[in-house]
Amino acid sequence: MKRLLIIATVLSGLLFSPVAAVEPSEIMDDPAMETRARIISKNLRCLVCRNESIDESNAGIAKDLRLLVRERLEAGDSNAEVVAFVVDRYGEYVLLRPQTGGSNLLLWGAGPAMLIVALGLSGYYLRRRSRAKPAKVDALSEDEKARLAEILKD
Amino acid sequence: MIHELGHFALILAAMVAVVQAVIPLIGAQKRWPGWMAMAEPAATAQFLLTAGAFAALTHAFVTSDFSVRLVYANSHTLKPMLYKISGVWGNHEGSMLLWLLILTLFGACLAWFGGNLPPGLKARALAVQSAIAVAFFAFILFTSNPFERLDIAGVPFDGRGLNPLLQDPGLALHPPFLYLGYVGLSMAFSFAVAALIEGRVDAAWGRWVRPWTLAAWIFLTIGIALGSWWAYYELGWGGFWFWDPVENASFMPWLLAAALLHSAIVVEKRESLKSWTILLAILAFGFSLIGTFIVRSGVITSVHAFANDPERGVFILLILGVYMGGALTLFAARAGAMEAKGVFGVVSRESALVLNNVFLAVACFVVFIGTIWPLLSELFFERVLSVGPPFFNVAFTPFMMALGAILPIGAMLPWKRAAMGRVVPKLWPAAVLAVAVAGLAWSVQTEKTLLGPVGALLGAWIVVGAVIDVLSRTGRGGSIGARLSRLTRLPRADWGKLTAHAGLGVTMFAIAGLMAWEVEDIRVAQIDEPFAVGGYEITLKQVQDTQGPNYLSTMADIEISRKGRLVTVLHPEKRVYPVAGMPTTEAAIDYRALRDLYVVIGDAQSNGGHTVRTYIKPFTNWIWFGCAMMAFGGLLSLTDRRYRVAAGARKTPKKTDGVPAE
Repeated sequence: MKRLLIIATVLSGLLFSPVAAVEPSEIMDDPAMETRARIISKNLRCLVCRNESIDESNAGIAKDLRLLVRERLEAGDSNAEVVAFVVDRYGEYVLLRPQTGGSNLLLWGAGPAMLIVALGLSGYYLRRRSRAKPAKVDALSEDEKARLAEILKD
Repeated sequence: MIHELGHFALILAAMVAVVQAVIPLIGAQKRWPGWMAMAEPAATAQFLLTAGAFAALTHAFVTSDFSVRLVYANSHTLKPMLYKISGVWGNHEGSMLLWLLILTLFGACLAWFGGNLPPGLKARALAVQSAIAVAFFAFILFTSNPFERLDIAGVPFDGRGLNPLLQDPGLALHPPFLYLGYVGLSMAFSFAVAALIEGRVDAAWGRWVRPWTLAAWIFLTIGIALGSWWAYYELGWGGFWFWDPVENASFMPWLLAAALLHSAIVVEKRESLKSWTILLAILAFGFSLIGTFIVRSGVITSVHAFANDPERGVFILLILGVYMGGALTLFAARAGAMEAKGVFGVVSRESALVLNNVFLAVACFVVFIGTIWPLLSELFFERVLSVGPPFFNVAFTPFMMALGAILPIGAMLPWKRAAMGRVVPKLWPAAVLAVAVAGLAWSVQTEKTLLGPVGALLGAWIVVGAVIDVLSRTGRGGSIGARLSRLTRLPRADWGKLTAHAGLGVTMFAIAGLMAWEVEDIRVAQIDEPFAVGGYEITLKQVQDTQGPNYLSTMADIEISRKGRLVTVLHPEKRVYPVAGMPTTEAAIDYRALRDLYVVIGDAQSNGGHTVRTYIKPFTNWIWFGCAMMAFGGLLSLTDRRYRVAAGARKTPKKTDGVPAE
């Protein structure tokens, strides 16, 4: 049911336009700087879009943000400084890679913590199974015996 | 008239569902054969009635009956017939009807083909299946009725639905496959709940539940792959997976279904892991419901969304609460009674499958947390934030890598008690080959990233490991001829395992390769001024405006050559569909075995040139080829002799010819 539903997005006026975003005119002269800009852009969310990075979106605000990122890079900011600058202005909502601090520790820790719990539980289970006495095998019922005979007949 | 009959059939089907959810359950409890047996004709009737309703709605779409609100909103006389039909499920109400059609179809299949099930289990499973249907019948009839007429005088001249993006064969088929998968998992759920009510899970239960789960998993695999492929060629920049909530909604059941497939093997062969398998069966369908909730409630913003409605969201949440809550309560009460029988060592096939389940389940959990975290964070911590692809790439991938790393070893470990010392040496060739391939990848790549070589390492390890596994089944002794003939006599399940596992390896490698080695170029290109991208020479020859059947197009001719030899001429387009008022980008793709050439034409520039985006995407086809292998492997397993034989066992008793344990 996934992408099919874009229809509703279109009807509701939120145009999910299928065009890659970065325009040639935005590209910086220094390829190294441009690579950095692209990496940063991929981690910043287009604020008016639904789950798109500014690198993919061609919404106006995404373009403004892309230019802002490049401006800050030109001004000599490090990648982290650029991101901090954008977050200061727009809040952490703009980050596609959530921060690790505070309550987000729960988010980042959830997987590893669950892995440890799961490994612990399964380790316990496996040890128990390896020490268990083999269960008594149930004798076949009359029905099952008849069926077995039928199967083995020919 | 036909339309009203369809509506009526839907209501009748709902009533049959209510009866089928109650009577067989009582019958099974009291051991009244007649009451139990009524489940079967009821399931058939439910399916036929729903099919009738679906046919009526399709009729309305095909004949463009715009007095029906749904047709008016989602169809158009100018649409090609295929898309008029796919328009039936290209909207919320119609897709729910399709959902129900498939749900009742699975119920009917159980009634038709479940001949060798014990009557009690069969009656209960059919009742539970029907109970799910009741909830969705109520949902569709009370909140999303597809048969509503327009509440205005006169019939509109034409419809409003002509979204060009949706007029695509891949997309027309994508939802039905996904639903077949989602809804297929309801069978595992019904079997699990029925077994809990009976308080009995044995090897036979594992054997019955596996084919249904396998079928659901195959459909999910195909559905997800189709959607991903569509995004790749249609959205204009070659993305294939966005970690969007709605994608995750389909991915989570896939992961759990994969886990369930493997744990049910342990139930079937070794009568262990029973309560976990039951829990997985419940959760797998639970995640299907969660997916439905995510898509249709709009609580989580996503690029895909139906015209949402909070009332519907609440309704689905209620269904989710009642069914999951009920099933889990039942599980808590009864799971203790499911005693494991098999005894096995810490190093054994059983343990490897437990580890497989750990990784798959934890990976699913990570996807789940990442998907709902924006919601939780806002609710409990008042932090409005986003969780995007960068999170999933980091948090999810390690579990898949771990899974890939243990797969070949686990797949070869014998049951009960194994010795690493006897399995690992057989896998030496796979390890050596994998390292060699990774080394090759490392030395060939221009940018030194780890991603590509690691993907190559894992991919080769899994693929070669799977091949070695099958070869080792032919035994040690004998001439090559004898071994080959033994190879041809291996059960299909073994070939299925080989194909599906190798497919996973191929997909893993392809994703890593694409992400690591993609080359992108964005520039203003002038006519007849060639430029170089990744060893290819690209020339924009001309750009012209043309007219399609229902759109205006700006089409470019772009020549691609390599070392002076013309490779291909591509025609990317920009289209505008006047009726929908919507621009689309038609990327032109030259599909090749090792890499795709992907070009997109953009806007005309003031200085005369055009924006041209060129991507060289290595191994892209391999992603979907791997998915196809997984699905095909599942299909091979599904057609294995023991299922076919089991189906008609009573009629054709046959001596089994020593089918090796899987």
